[in-house]
Amino acid sequence: MTHINDTTTLTAAGIAASVRSGETTAVASVQRHLDAIAASEADVHAFNLVLADDALSRAAEIDAAVAEGQDPGPLAGVTVALKDNMCTRGIPTTCSSKILGDWRPPYDATVVTLLRDAGAVVVGKTNLDEFAMGSSTENSAFGPTRNPHDTTRVPGGSSGGSAAAVAAGFASVSLGSDTGGSIRQPAALCGTVGVKPTYGAVSRLGLIAFGSSLDQIGPFAHTVDDAALVLEAISGHDPGDSTSIEQPPLDLRSTLAQGVEGLRVGRITDLPAGASPDVQGRVDEAFDALAAAGATIVDVEVPAFGYGLTAYYLIAPAEASSNLARFDGVRFGTRVSAPDTNQMYMATRTEGFGAEVKRRIMLGTYALSAGYYDAYYGRAQKIRRLIANDFAAAYAQADVLLTPASPTVAFELGDKSSDPLAMYLCDTYTIPSNLAGDPAMSVPFGTGDGGLPIGVQLLAPALADATMFRAAAALERHAAQNGVSS
Amino acid sequence: MSSVSQRITPDDVSKVATLARLTLTNDELATATTELAAMLDHFAEIDALDLDGVEPMSNPTHLVNVMRDDVVGAMLDRDEVLAAAPLAEDDRFRVPPILGLDD
Repeated sequence: MTHINDTTTLTAAGIAASVRSGETTAVASVQRHLDAIAASEADVHAFNLVLADDALSRAAEIDAAVAEGQDPGPLAGVTVALKDNMCTRGIPTTCSSKILGDWRPPYDATVVTLLRDAGAVVVGKTNLDEFAMGSSTENSAFGPTRNPHDTTRVPGGSSGGSAAAVAAGFASVSLGSDTGGSIRQPAALCGTVGVKPTYGAVSRLGLIAFGSSLDQIGPFAHTVDDAALVLEAISGHDPGDSTSIEQPPLDLRSTLAQGVEGLRVGRITDLPAGASPDVQGRVDEAFDALAAAGATIVDVEVPAFGYGLTAYYLIAPAEASSNLARFDGVRFGTRVSAPDTNQMYMATRTEGFGAEVKRRIMLGTYALSAGYYDAYYGRAQKIRRLIANDFAAAYAQADVLLTPASPTVAFELGDKSSDPLAMYLCDTYTIPSNLAGDPAMSVPFGTGDGGLPIGVQLLAPALADATMFRAAAALERHAAQNGVSS
Repeated sequence: MSSVSQRITPDDVSKVATLARLTLTNDELATATTELAAMLDHFAEIDALDLDGVEPMSNPTHLVNVMRDDVVGAMLDRDEVLAAAPLAEDDRFRVPPILGLDD
């Protein structure tokens, strides 16, 4: 079954412009999206929590501000869905885990504050693979999210709820977090734009940590321009995050119309095999489209790219095993009672965490344990350096790189859920950018097997997010003007 | 030095679970051992890499020891923090005894 509501034809930029000018109201914008949620959410299950009343009262405040001649901001009346691993003060934040129970954070994530300050309206908290560990949003304590293009298929993950919310028209834009592809892969599978910005460009304060050196928040949107609009609003230095880089908010929208004349687009000649023929066909077509728009295609090598998966599945679980130690039944959410603290920790964690989270905690604990640290974590950190060095060498020859985002179109529910390694391979093409800390994004580019969406991935060096967006805008224009053959 | 291709045993997994404060049933222990062994087999490709002299990379930024100014700023509301905990008493988190009652 398909659930693509008519709200998907609206852009965030269009809504914000008409709300600011008084041509339409924020209440009307919010109500249209709530209607789409009412029509399709039972089948899609994008949300852990819909905040209908909160959203309508916030929208009324925005409309009142406009009536008084005030400007509510660049996202005035724009509906936004938040991945449920971002803290919202007084509103349950679950990470789709039983262990957090009804925990209500005592503060807002910085991105939540910035979105509200820009006039956006939060409509709900979206489903995810528990603690953002997964590639299908099937590992949720609250049940799977389904792909709005075909509800027998997964939306990808771990930000599957945020991708599905935009694809189904439940919100104009949404936020996800990307540790190894958790924004770009679901964006590709759901046919939306999805961006992992430069590491440190967006504050992680209030994002419940998975792999702290890899995690980055970014937007899902219908258009490249909308993604740029949101990213401009949420980026910038935050003294509350010690890994936030001292840079002003990203300047992206002003460059979108510049085109790609003279831009050097790299083709990675030693990219690991694995993309299905329909996906590879679209990537080839995307190279042709950029060349036709004036870009130069150059061959580059990134020899360590193929080792990214292994390095990632040692580093990310190691960081996760440390980060998730805080869920011990003392400060947050649920507790299973036991006679002493140690037994209470064991009982709470054993009861509270799902199978994939336990698997990764154990893998990470093993990789960090005495006697194995050098062989696993230590070597993985050295491979991480090789990958960063290889990318740096490639970027001496190319301004951006182009690859598949996901190796395949959306797969069926249950297809990979019994084989962890098969699931991990979904992230082959997305992981290396997280290890290097570079920006990357998925851009919808036609359809493939079963008429399902395909996304192509653009990669750029750290802080060259704007260059990446220029190329993305060119691909989007090509798809709109010439169509993409199917 | 251990190599990645070294086989993980049920004893290893059991020890790791205890370190991570997780309890596994016998079935779960068997499944976890099989799954972790399959992953480590896949990861064994890195044993062949020559990584001598490569500087480990812990994170992508070049930031070191980021400190804020030592001034009083806004803090979280204590009552709000404690209200979100499983058990609180006298403005503190309440926990069971640190030492087992059976000791």
